[in-house]
Amino acid sequence: MKIESAGNGTAPKEKSRWTSGVSLYADMGYWDADYEPKATDVLCAFRITPQPGVDPIEAAAAVAGESSTATWTVVWTDRLTDHTRYQAKAYRCDPVPGNPEQFIALIAYDIDLFEEGSIANLTSSIIGNVFGFKALKALRLEDMRIPVAYVKTFPGPPHGIVMEREYLNKFGRPLLGATVKPKLGLSAKNYGRVVYEALRGGLDFTKDDENINSQPFMRWRDRYLFCMEAVNRAEAASGEVKGHYLNVTAATMEDMYERAEFAKALGSVIIMEDLTVGFTAMASMSKWARKNGMILHLHRAGHGTYTRQKSHGVSFRVIAKWCRLLGVDHIHAGTVVGKLEGDPNTTAGFYDILREDFIPANPLHGVYFDQEWCALGAVMPVASGGIHAGQMHQLLHYLGEDVVLQFGGGTIGHPDGIAAGAIANRVALEAMILARNEGVDYMNKGLEILENAAKSCKPLAHALDVWKDITFDYASTDMPDVAVTPNY
Amino acid sequence: MKITQGTFSFLPDLTDEQITKQVQYALDNNWPVSVEYTDDPHPRNSYWEMYGLPMFDIKDAAGVMDTVRKAIAEHKNEYVKVNAFDARRGRQTTALSFIVNRPDPEPGFRLERTGGADRQMRYTLHAYATDKPEGERYHE
Repeated sequence: MKIESAGNGTAPKEKSRWTSGVSLYADMGYWDADYEPKATDVLCAFRITPQPGVDPIEAAAAVAGESSTATWTVVWTDRLTDHTRYQAKAYRCDPVPGNPEQFIALIAYDIDLFEEGSIANLTSSIIGNVFGFKALKALRLEDMRIPVAYVKTFPGPPHGIVMEREYLNKFGRPLLGATVKPKLGLSAKNYGRVVYEALRGGLDFTKDDENINSQPFMRWRDRYLFCMEAVNRAEAASGEVKGHYLNVTAATMEDMYERAEFAKALGSVIIMEDLTVGFTAMASMSKWARKNGMILHLHRAGHGTYTRQKSHGVSFRVIAKWCRLLGVDHIHAGTVVGKLEGDPNTTAGFYDILREDFIPANPLHGVYFDQEWCALGAVMPVASGGIHAGQMHQLLHYLGEDVVLQFGGGTIGHPDGIAAGAIANRVALEAMILARNEGVDYMNKGLEILENAAKSCKPLAHALDVWKDITFDYASTDMPDVAVTPNY
Repeated sequence: MKITQGTFSFLPDLTDEQITKQVQYALDNNWPVSVEYTDDPHPRNSYWEMYGLPMFDIKDAAGVMDTVRKAIAEHKNEYVKVNAFDARRGRQTTALSFIVNRPDPEPGFRLERTGGADRQMRYTLHAYATDKPEGERYHE
């Protein structure tokens, strides 16, 4: 088979491995069809779209090379190292069904390549340079198998689902939240009013939005003070533990610590940060949160720029793995039925990765590798964006019980006020859990269950009147390659 | 006021039949059921009194319900809750917990504020019921 070079120009045919000049990546050891991955290897599944004329195997080898030891030309200094160990090895390259341009390449990396407990280091290697590589039209990191030996060098979530539930004293149902709206412009006192109404109405949490940090119309310290007054008033009115995710996202780590310390001093049970702060800042906040008994919520702000398109970027299932390793207690992971991207099968894969201890490879969910977490804490997924009480049966069916359901507009936009919106959501949720536990076919009888519950709950009746028929039914862009084919 | 701890506090009080179905759901999941009661409703009161040990060996809902009814009868003017416990690895925690009896009326909580520097406030939740000694709360 003639292989076109992925480098600049064609490699000489009879060139030895160490002759100066340019060699095919595949000839330099970055392709090994017989390689059997070790239990300690980091494994990656890349979706590669080679440039026209570039052989897919050479493209796969190039990805392995450029994400590990290779540079564009032969260097003699490789011979001062145990180079075969440090070379990543592409060991499979299969065409994507129904898409002749694309291939899935599996690549193995020796564990020695990575610093213990550092997502920054892992990502600098695996997605460092290679995504701009000219010989590829597009490249997507679909999945990553983190070996147990490497998993054990990470702290995981500061608390995890079990500890969070025991801390909040809330069991047997999803938690309910809402993001304060409008997201920008409210004064601190008015902002706290929304928090108070939503929490006393029946939500467990309210939340700062990702872009609420410390703007001229509301500085962080003022917001924290009013929000904690609201949280405490709602606790007194309900006898329940309540929380508001105080966003500590800021320009520097020093500012983030200062805000987190103040949240702690005020008695908040939870803070939040945005994905935009970066993996190292997130890992630092994770450490701080475990040390200070603070639940840590993560908003995945910005992820859609690189997770959504199927041909290029990084799948959210990989981001979810990195976040579980470095440690967050909550992460936004999709709603299936709401306004944001979310194919049901792909989303099920994300939820499994966050919550289960062992996730088997499952092409139907877009999961390429078995993943063993070895008792690493579980992350509570958060469903947020365009969801409302009338979808409660679908939300429970698709997302399960260990999830935070966040109804922002679906609480604050209620015609009878914010507290009424919160009551509607809580009653809808409890009625659905009660019915499910009683063995009712709640997915098919969902609306019936809600309408029944609405007979003794006016706010729910009004919520159903307003939103019952609102759906966001668009085709997903990020779906698995494999679908269940019916048998005839 | 009505304290809203537990899985079903926003619904009308559960009937005996509804409680039985929830107990059955727990047993179907291999979750042993336990009953607890208290007259201190503070949300951070993690240790309600145990009405006997968790019923690890009772496999039918009728048997569990005998205990639930007895607990309610004996603690008519207190909070009584039914818990289900999931002992599987990775969980090992409460799976379901709901109130099946509550005193009438429920006086609720006072929020105490202690002012500090820089507008900072220290908050304490005080249950009115706990003004009286244990055992004498919620009685005329």
